[in-house]
Formats: sequence, C-alpha cells, structure tokens
Amino acid sequence: MQLFLPIADIPVNVFLILAMGAAVGFVSGMFGIGGGFLMTPLLIFVGISPAVAVASVASHIAASSMSGAISYWRRRAIDPALAIVLLTGGSIGTALGVWTFTWLRSLGQLDLLIALSYVILLTTVGGLMFWEGLRAMLRARSGNPVPMRRSGSHGWIHGLPLKMRFKRSKIYLSVIPVVVVGFVIGFIGAIMGIGGGFILVPLMIYLLRVPTSTVIGTSMVLTLVTMLFATMLHAMTNHLVDAVLALILMVGGVTGAQFGARAGQKIRGEHLRLLLGLLVLAVGVRFAFELGIRPAEMFTIRETGGAA
Amino acid sequence: MKRRALAISAVMLAAVLAAWPARAEKLIVSVSNHRVTVTPNYSGEELVLFGSVEKDASTPANRSYDLVVTVNGPRADMVTRRKERRFGIWINTDYRQFLQVPAYLAIFSNRPIDAIASPEVQRRQQLGMNNVVLTQRVGTDYADVVPSDPFRSAFIRLRSQHGLYRESSSAVTFLTPTLFRTGIPLPAEVPIGTYNVDIKLFADGQLVTRTETAFEIVKVGFEQFVATTSRQNGFAYGLATVAMALMTGWMASIVFRKD
Repeated sequence: MQLFLPIADIPVNVFLILAMGAAVGFVSGMFGIGGGFLMTPLLIFVGISPAVAVASVASHIAASSMSGAISYWRRRAIDPALAIVLLTGGSIGTALGVWTFTWLRSLGQLDLLIALSYVILLTTVGGLMFWEGLRAMLRARSGNPVPMRRSGSHGWIHGLPLKMRFKRSKIYLSVIPVVVVGFVIGFIGAIMGIGGGFILVPLMIYLLRVPTSTVIGTSMVLTLVTMLFATMLHAMTNHLVDAVLALILMVGGVTGAQFGARAGQKIRGEHLRLLLGLLVLAVGVRFAFELGIRPAEMFTIRETGGAA
Repeated sequence: MKRRALAISAVMLAAVLAAWPARAEKLIVSVSNHRVTVTPNYSGEELVLFGSVEKDASTPANRSYDLVVTVNGPRADMVTRRKERRFGIWINTDYRQFLQVPAYLAIFSNRPIDAIASPEVQRRQQLGMNNVVLTQRVGTDYADVVPSDPFRSAFIRLRSQHGLYRESSSAVTFLTPTLFRTGIPLPAEVPIGTYNVDIKLFADGQLVTRTETAFEIVKVGFEQFVATTSRQNGFAYGLATVAMALMTGWMASIVFRKD
C-alpha cells in the first residue's frame, strides 16, 4: 500500500516502513537501546532525505523509550535525581546539536558529517563492545569468575567537586561528569538522529559507575526527554519532521520492541553485548566502506529553496 | 500632443498587423486535467494534452507540421555538487548553483528536433534539452553554459533518472494532419506547483505559431494540512508530534503490560 509522505514529499510503501520499524524495534527491545543508529540509515536507504530521516527518527525513538521508561519506572529502576542532572547537560547539548545541524545543512556538508560521525562513533563503540563481550565470554568459558568491580577504586572523576548523593543508584558523585555525559549524548543525538543509548549505557557503567539496576531505566529517561526536545527543535527550526512517517515507525517500533525484549531475556548478557557490538560495528563499517570506495555517481543535487 | 500619440500608436498598430503572418494557423489545445491533486495514495499520473491546428483560407493546403511541447514545472534554486577524493574519502567539493530552474521539465516533439528546425532556430526558440536555458551562478555572473559542461549534463542526467526531466522525439502523435495528442507523465515524486505548457508549431523549419496552457499540482486535504502546519506553525506541529510519541509509547506499555 503506497502512502504519500507530506513532508518527505515521496510515496512510500506503508508495510515496508512498518516492517522496518518492527525490525528495528525488535533489536532495540532486545538490547535496551533506541535503535536510531539503525533506523536513520534504513530510511536514507529507502530514499528519504537524510535531514528528514534524522528529524523524524527523533520522535520515533521518543515513543519507544517512553514505553520502556514506563515499565522501568514500575520496577523502580529509574534514578530520578541522576536523570535530572543528566538532562541538564542533555538539553543544552540537544539545542546546540540542532543549531549545528541547521548550520551544516546550509553548508551542504550535512550528509558527510552524518556519515563520518557514524563511521567514527559506530566503529569505535562497536569495536569496544565486541572486544569486551568477547573477553567476558572467553573468561566465562575458561571457568574464571568475572572479576568484581573494585568498589574502592576512585578515579580522577571521583576527585571532582560539586558532589551529590544519588540515592536510588547508591552512588556519591560529582555532577560535572554527569552533565558532560548528558551534553555529549544530546549533541550527537540531535546531529545523527540517534538516541545515543548504546553509548550512554557504557559511559554510565564504566565512567560514572552507575549500578546496572538503574542504568538502563535512567538512560531511557534521558533518551526520551532529549528526543522529545530534539523533535520540538527540528519541527520549529527546520520544519523537517514528517509526522506521518514518524507515526508508522512508532507503531512498528513499539510492537517490535515488546517481542525483542522477550527474546533478549533468553540470551546471556555477554552474548547480548557481543551481538550488539557486532551489529554496531557492522553499521559503522558499512558507512566507512561507502565513504572509501569510488561512488558510482559523483554528482548530487539538492534543492536550496526559492521554489516559486 | 494627444494627436501625436494617437498617430504613433496607429503606426505601431499598422506595423504589428503587417508583421503578423498573412496565413495564420491557430493552435487550440487542452490538458486532460488542469488540477492534479496529490492524495495519500498518489503514485504518479499521466496527463494528456490534446490539440488541433486551425487553418484559415490563406493557409497552403498540404503543409506538414511539426510540434514541440515544453512542460516547465515550478522553478527552484538547486545546487549540484561533485564528489572528489580527499584524504582517502569521497566528499563533496566543487559545486554549482542553478538558479530558478524548472523542477520538472519535459520536452516532447513528433520527430527529432534536429529534423524540425535548424540549430539557429533551435537555439532561439530554446528547443530541446541542449538549448533550454539553465541559469548557473558562475562566480559573480549569471549565465548558462555549453551543453557539454559536466555540471549541466550531470544535473540533467540526475533529474532524468528520477523522471523529472525528460525528452522524447516521438511523444507527440499526429492523429490526423492537424489533430495531435501527447501524454505528460508525472512521476510519484513530482514537485508541487504550477506547470506551464508551451506548444510551438513549426512548418518548413520555421516557427508558425505558439500557444500556452497550464496545469497545477496541489496537495489537498490531510497532506496539505500537515505540510502547511509544519511550515507555518512549527511549535504546534512539534507539540502534536511529541504528544503522539508519548501516547504511542504509553499505549504500547498498556497493551503489552506483562503483569
């Protein structure tokens, strides 16, 4: 069934978009991530312009993290204080990200930036996750227990001032690194059209030492609010949010996510990390490949307005 | 004063009348649909242009005619960029700006344009893809360039791949020596706006007469509503999208609640 998208200005097959939403939703439910880094490239692949894809995916991620956040809230797996501090940085980062997005779009280098940041971010994060997952798996196979985190180790991060007690996570931490992490995630999220969950979760675990009980729920709250904020800003400044496209993605996404979450519970943690690492790495490598090989078409056309 | 002005206009009128070809053919044309509406299930359409050549008493009897139909879509500024290898990756480097070029362009004729008119006439009447003026900004100048210019040819090639620029030397059919028709295919990703159709009639390599008609492509109903709201009322549109996201997420958590 063909449907004409009012903002993207192209007709698409509803079932194709719905299936894409469901597939990405499945993956995101399985790994507890937003899945924007998969959705945006897929949309670009079916012919939606990168700018519209990035702007519309933001609202799609908001919907899937909303349903996730609600269920984590019920299980009391969200640290509200931590979420608020993260959000302070996140909102500033998102605003700056949308502004940068608009600026780069006028320079005509937006596509390059999106592609480059995908390559750098995804190959690094994917590689690290894959490596970490592989090591954990080998350790488990050789019979050695996974080493416990040394509770007494205080890195430089713990020497920073402005300390605050986050009750539900049971940590005592400076707000500075928390705000910075929020800022970084908000900024790259707005530019790349991703929620940033797959970067945020490792950052919170390894850098901020947030316990695993609250990490996913809290990261979902940050994703939810930054993506809502990004949707608003994209709608107000660039007028590129396609609500029809977003709705189809949302419906597909939240449905897929439920089945993904069930599938995810059946897989062991380190296997899950290994798989996610592979997936992230694969998307990154694909983008790298595209930048590196000689393109079949050297020219591109972009409308710059002035339509009479 | 008044008398002199009158005299001048009388002379001008006489001159115009004298310049008017004595044997005047007239073109009568009509498009099958003057208002194409883009609905949710729109996926391209084909319009039909019908017309006839009206002769008068002074027209030579067995004259054979040629016809060139040019459809110009709404005009827009576009940028064509060329990728080059820099630091091992392919990035956009050089670019050219095309100013107020038609977003859709179709040039249809009943036989190859080279056979219809001389290169000189082709240039003057802007017949065919090679002679249509596509203004580029070259430094501080505004000009069209030679047809072989890489940016110009890439621009036309890319537009043609999307079915937005097309040229066909067999699209116009003469049903009788004076009655003709041609189809105007509109692809799915057709730009919204007003389309001008310019019909030029040739005989013996010279322009005999021309006429124009137009049609428009509009979004209606829901599409129109969404597109205008997003543009004119970004804040409300954003709020609505945000509310939609929250609702969908909330509904999902209720529908799929496990406990």
